[in-house]
Amino acid sequence: MALLQIAEPGESAAPHRHRLAVGIDLGTTNSLVATVRSGLAVVLNDELGRPLLPSVVRYLPDGSCAAGYEAQAQQAIDPRNTIVSVKRFMGRGIKDVPYREDLPYRFDEAPGMLRLQTVAGVKSPVEISAEILRTLRLRAESALGGTLVGAVITVPAYFDDAQRQATKDAAKLAGLPVLRLLNEPTAAAIAYGLDNGAEGVYAVYDLGGGTFDISILRLARGVFEVLATGGDSALGGDDFDQRIFCWILESAQLAPLSVEDARMLLTRAREAKEYLSFHGVAPISARLTSGEIVDLRLTTETFSEITRTLLAKTLQPVKKALRDAGLTVGDIKGVVMVGGATRMPQVQRAVGDFFRQEPLNNLDPEKVVALGAAMQANLLAGNRSTGDDWLLLDVIPLSLGLETMGGLVEKIVPRNSTIPTARAQEFTTFRDGQTALALHIVQGERELVGDCRSLARFELRGIPPLVAGAARIRVTFQVDADGLLAVSARELGSGVETGVVVKPSYGLSDDEIAAMLKDSLAHVKDDAQLRALQEARVEAERLIEAVRSALAADGDLLAADERSRIERGLLGLHNAAAGENRRQLVVAMDDLEAETKEFAARRMDRSIRRAFAGRNISELAGDLSLAKSGEGA
Amino acid sequence: MAVTLSERAASHVAKYMKKRGKGIGLRLGVRTSGCSGMAYKLEFADAAQPDDIEFESHGVRLLVDAKSLPYLDGTELDYTREGLNEGFRFNNPNVKDACGCGESFNV
Repeated sequence: MALLQIAEPGESAAPHRHRLAVGIDLGTTNSLVATVRSGLAVVLNDELGRPLLPSVVRYLPDGSCAAGYEAQAQQAIDPRNTIVSVKRFMGRGIKDVPYREDLPYRFDEAPGMLRLQTVAGVKSPVEISAEILRTLRLRAESALGGTLVGAVITVPAYFDDAQRQATKDAAKLAGLPVLRLLNEPTAAAIAYGLDNGAEGVYAVYDLGGGTFDISILRLARGVFEVLATGGDSALGGDDFDQRIFCWILESAQLAPLSVEDARMLLTRAREAKEYLSFHGVAPISARLTSGEIVDLRLTTETFSEITRTLLAKTLQPVKKALRDAGLTVGDIKGVVMVGGATRMPQVQRAVGDFFRQEPLNNLDPEKVVALGAAMQANLLAGNRSTGDDWLLLDVIPLSLGLETMGGLVEKIVPRNSTIPTARAQEFTTFRDGQTALALHIVQGERELVGDCRSLARFELRGIPPLVAGAARIRVTFQVDADGLLAVSARELGSGVETGVVVKPSYGLSDDEIAAMLKDSLAHVKDDAQLRALQEARVEAERLIEAVRSALAADGDLLAADERSRIERGLLGLHNAAAGENRRQLVVAMDDLEAETKEFAARRMDRSIRRAFAGRNISELAGDLSLAKSGEGA
Repeated sequence: MAVTLSERAASHVAKYMKKRGKGIGLRLGVRTSGCSGMAYKLEFADAAQPDDIEFESHGVRLLVDAKSLPYLDGTELDYTREGLNEGFRFNNPNVKDACGCGESFNV
C-alpha cells in the first residue's frame, strides 16, 4: 500500500494526487536528487543507500548505456566510451574545453556545441546529461511511488544562456518537466537560510568538481536577493586531481602514457586528494600497463603547494563579486561552503583567511544544493505551507547586449540585473533609405563583439525608407525566471515588429532537438503509453471489483433504476478495459465513479450506524454533531 | 476507542515536528473520496478543533475528529520502508477492502 507523508493542515492530497517534486543537483562529478518528505528535505539514496550518482555515462556497443557507479567502475578499462564530467561540455564548442589533449574522448566539432564519438554512435552532451537525469528520475519515482510533476535543476550561476538551455533540453530528453532552473549558490542559500533563519549578507563559495562559483547573497525577511555572482565555469576539484596527476608524471618521470594508464592515474590522483582531507600523507601506488610501478607519497604540504595557484584563481572572482556588490570582506556575515572540493583543508583555510572568519559548513557541502533545490521544487509544485511564502530574486550572470556599428557591444541588460526583467532601448538606421536592420545578440562583459559570446542573429525588415537616423527602432530584451532571453524589435513609426527567443545558441535547432527526442524516446514513449494503459486497466479492474462487492453487500440501498445505471456503468467499463484506448477507459471509470458516488455516501451512513449500534453515549465520546449526522442520515 | 503510533512512527513524527518548529500534534482522519469510499488524512495540527478527540502516544499528541474516529478506532500508525520508498502506514483493523495502493479504502 502507498506510504503517506504528513501534510500541512488542510493540505492532504486526494488519493493518487500527490504532487511529487524533486530538486536535482546535476553536478560535474556527482549528481543528487532530493525531495521534501513531511516537511523535511532529504536526499534520496539509491538501492544500496548511496546518496551520490557519479555523473558518468558509459556507452556500450549494443547502443545501450549505463550511468553512475556501474559506468564509473568501467572508466579505466573503457575510457573512450565512458564519459565523465560531461557538464563541462554542455553548450560548449571544442575550443572551450581545457586540457582536452589529456581527455580520452574523440570529439566532433558541430555548430556551437561539440559532439563525442562513442561506440554507440555520436552523442551530444545534452544526450549524455539526459542519461544521468533519467537515472535520477527513475530513482526518485521508485522512492516516491509515483510520477514526478517536475524538478528544479540547479546550474552554476556562471552558466551562460547556451549552457542553461542545454540543461533544460537534457531534462526534456530525460522526461523530466523542469519547474525551474536555479543557480546552485542560491539553492545552497535556501537550504542554509531556511534551516538557520539567518539574516544578513552571505557569500557562497562553491567549488564543485568542474565549476567554481562565488555568489554574494542578501537574506532578509525571507527574501533571497543575489547581489552579485562570479566564478569560473572551468575550474574545480578536477583541476586539483589534474595537478596531482601532473605531479605524479613529474615525480615518477613517466614516459607518455596510454589512454588507460592516464585514466587510471587520474583516478589515483583523485583518491589521494580525498585521502588528504583526513590524513597528512597519501600513498600513491599503481602498476602501469608497461609493467612500470609508480610508488609515491604525497604530503599535505606538497599538495597545498602545487594547488596554491588554483586557490588564488578562486579568490580573483571572489574579489570581483565583492566589488560588484559594493561590499568589503567586513560586510560578509557568513561564508557558506558548497561542493565536495571544499572539504580540502587548504580550501577551508584559504577561504577562512580571506574572509577572516571560519566558513559555515554544518550542512553536508555535497548535499546542500540538492536540498535547497528540493525545497524550491516543493514550493513550486504547490506544496506550499504557511510561512513558506519566500520570494526568490535572482540575477543574470553576464550582460546581454546588441552589436552596433564597428563591432561594438551596446549592453541592454547589465550583468547582475534581477530577473525576471525587461529592458528596452531605441536604435536608429545608419544609412539613408535603410529598410532592414540586422540584430546580433551577444552575451558577455567585453566591449568588442568578437570577445563576447554570440547568442542569436535576426533581422528586422520592412522599415520605411527614411533618412539615416530618422527611424526609431525599439529593441526589447526580456529575461524570464530561468534566465532565458527573448528579444523583440519594433519600428515605432510603421509598427513592423519581429522577435526571437534566444534558444540554443550552440546550434541545436528545435527540429534537431525534436529529432533527438524522437530518436531516443521512440521506444520509451511506446513503453510509457503501454504502461499507462496497463495501469489504467488494473485500476479499472479494481474499481469493478469494488463496486461489485459493494453491490453484493449493500445492494438493497439502491432503487432499481439506480442499480441498473450502475450495472450499465460496470458493463461500459468492462468493455473499455478490453479495448486499447486509455482515454476511453479513463472516461468510463469517471462515469462509473459518478454513478456510484451517492451509493458510496449511503453505504458510509449505514456503516456509521452499524459502528454505533450497541454502544452507549459515553463510548461515543459525547460528540453531539456526530450523533446528529448519524440520525439525520 | 483509541488510535496509537508505533515507536518508529512516533520518532519520525517528533523529528518532523521539531523541524517544522510549530504545531501541537498530528491530525489523523478520514474523508470520503471516490470509488472505494474513503481516504486517509495525515496532517500537522496547529490547533485543536471543538469536535476533536485527543490521544497521546509515545509523547505525541494525536487529534482525531469525532466523525473519523469510528473508522480509525484501533488503528496503529506505523512508519515503514518499502524498497526505496518510506513513509507512514495506517494499520487499520476496520478496513474491509482497499484499492490496490491502499490510499483509499472501505470499511
